[in-house]
Amino acid sequence: MAELSYRAAVRDALREEMLRDESVILLGESITGYGGSYAVTKGLVEEFGPRRVMETPIAEAGIVGFAVGAAMGGLRPVAELMTVNFALLALDQIVNSAAKFHYMFGQQWSVPLVVRTVSGFGQLGATHSQSFEGWFASVPGLKVVMPATPTDAYGLLVSAIRDPDPVIFIEHSLLYSMRGPAPPSGEAGLVPLGRAQVVRQGQDVTVVAYSRMLFQALQAAETLEREDGISCEVIDLRTLRPLDYPTVVGSVRRTHRVVLCGEDWRTGGFGATLLAEIQDRCFDDLDGPVARVAMRDIPLPYARNLEHLLIPAAGDVVAAVRSLV
Amino acid sequence: MYRQMVLIRRFEDHAAESYARARIGGFLHLYIGEEAVAVGALNAARPTDHLLTHYRDHGYALVRGCDPKAAMAELFGKASGLSGGRGGSMHLAEASRHFWGGHAIVGSHIPIGAGMAYAMQYQRREEVVLDFFGDGATGNGIFHEGLNMAALWQLPVVFVCENNLYGMGATLAEESPVKDMIIRAEGYTMPSRQCDGMDVFSVYEAVRTAVEHCRSGKGPFFVEAVTYRFRGHSMADPELYRDKEEVGRWRAQDPILRFGEFCVRQRISSERELEEVNEQVEQEMLEAVAFAEAAPLPEESTVADGVYANPIDPEAAGPESA
Ligand SMILES: Cc1ncc(C[n+]2csc(CCOP(=O)(O)OP(=O)(O)O)c2C)c(N)n1
Ligand SMILES: [Mg+2]
Repeated sequence: MAELSYRAAVRDALREEMLRDESVILLGESITGYGGSYAVTKGLVEEFGPRRVMETPIAEAGIVGFAVGAAMGGLRPVAELMTVNFALLALDQIVNSAAKFHYMFGQQWSVPLVVRTVSGFGQLGATHSQSFEGWFASVPGLKVVMPATPTDAYGLLVSAIRDPDPVIFIEHSLLYSMRGPAPPSGEAGLVPLGRAQVVRQGQDVTVVAYSRMLFQALQAAETLEREDGISCEVIDLRTLRPLDYPTVVGSVRRTHRVVLCGEDWRTGGFGATLLAEIQDRCFDDLDGPVARVAMRDIPLPYARNLEHLLIPAAGDVVAAVRSLV
Repeated sequence: MYRQMVLIRRFEDHAAESYARARIGGFLHLYIGEEAVAVGALNAARPTDHLLTHYRDHGYALVRGCDPKAAMAELFGKASGLSGGRGGSMHLAEASRHFWGGHAIVGSHIPIGAGMAYAMQYQRREEVVLDFFGDGATGNGIFHEGLNMAALWQLPVVFVCENNLYGMGATLAEESPVKDMIIRAEGYTMPSRQCDGMDVFSVYEAVRTAVEHCRSGKGPFFVEAVTYRFRGHSMADPELYRDKEEVGRWRAQDPILRFGEFCVRQRISSERELEEVNEQVEQEMLEAVAFAEAAPLPEESTVADGVYANPIDPEAAGPESA
């Protein structure tokens, strides 16, 4: 079976949508000659020219504002923000412009915009190692996608580009080189927004994850099966907003136990919202408290050993599951 | 143009009165005193040119041809308002007239205007973009990001800075190292023109030049209209930062009186004709208020409608299995 990297899957989605639809344009910092800080857009300016692959100044708010305007003018812009840390400078345009216009102006127009950005870490220091999906997912009007596999990265990005609403598409820097089965080409490769996936079936505990944490969860599930005979059901959320609660709730009702995994901070992170909703929807089905694996509330330090201590990993998932069973 | 200026003035007088009667809530920013800017500028452009403004937006909406009834109904928070009662005074818009909104985050619509201009250039469309904002907005980083991009890519956008000498309670001297806003354009190698914002002809001519410049593919243009708001920043403003004498000096330059006197002097219209216009407009505004007053509120069952253009309801789909 043909294999593809996560990076190539993202690039393929961009390229194919650009070939299919002339209104799709890319813009971002160092995405042309440099090829993007994670080399995702490499080769695209050579193929499509600077009119469709735009090198921008270092101006995150301006980039997103510009993309909002381009979308209102009839284009389908895909803006790249180097990392989610720099997306903070664009929060106003994302929250107050992109997410608001359709509702606030009485449904007169929508903003078909994709903001691609990146989470991750690796001794990058406190300002370059953060995860903010919980913030974005708290905003009505935005759709938030965090793919874990090449197949999903491809299929969800194509869906995001074709969607009429603003989508925040968060890739993971540690997944770019990961390889997986190549997605089916054409329409068969589309993955719908708003659908989670049960990646591994199990009876004892539901483990909810997304992005890099999916692989930590799967690894933990294997360890638990082998060492403890515990059977974990692992769910990949894929889209954080709108969230596929039926899939999560359906699983929790079968297993009666749940662990929520994320890389963002424990306080106010995405898991906190998910936890509240699960208590609300599944209180009587639960045999124990909802357990969480999240980043401790500390700015991520540079030193390798300290960083290692804080990054949520498979071992943390194993411990969380054991605490429940 | 006389009629349009009177229309704005009377619309806002009635809005202020309705605000005092608590029919209008939240913020209400009046444009009174600055009418010549919207009227001069929009008459110099085509009705299909794209329009984005700051939150002081009633005047632009009316000159663009939006129905005063629907504009007033929006202020009253009614379903038949321009934005369905979801926007309010600061968020009027009518996409079919290429009026893409009042924007209430200071400066936020500046790069948006640049992006729309790029879309026009990209699609080889003829429309240009007019993007209006205040002097205060020039202190915000987003202003500079937007101008930088517009100049870098030579986009067909006219930036119109309405310099009314105040950003809320901050005087120009407190908020800006330059007195003339056109100096801001120099750093972006953007051609510019300063005009008298109390004189509808002066604004018309400056914006005419700007629009022609943009439409002929020569890139962006910056216009500064020096003007003055006769009323407070919003209805909540006690105006502690300026004295009555200063306001009086500017009121003596009232753009409506100035233009009216010009028309009479040049025998374009008689005083009686102008008076008739005033009366017609007043009648129309009474009707607009009555319409807004009687219009139905938005249905409560629709409160969640339109958060998304493509709402995806996972609940409806049911659970996914492996
Ligand atoms: C980003 C942002 N900061 C602050 C405000 C609050 N605010 C609203 S209007 C205003 C003054 C703006 O002055 P100017 O740009 O000169 O426009 P004017 O009101 O004079 O027309 C301020 C500070 C805001 N709406 N947005
Ligand atoms: Mg001002």
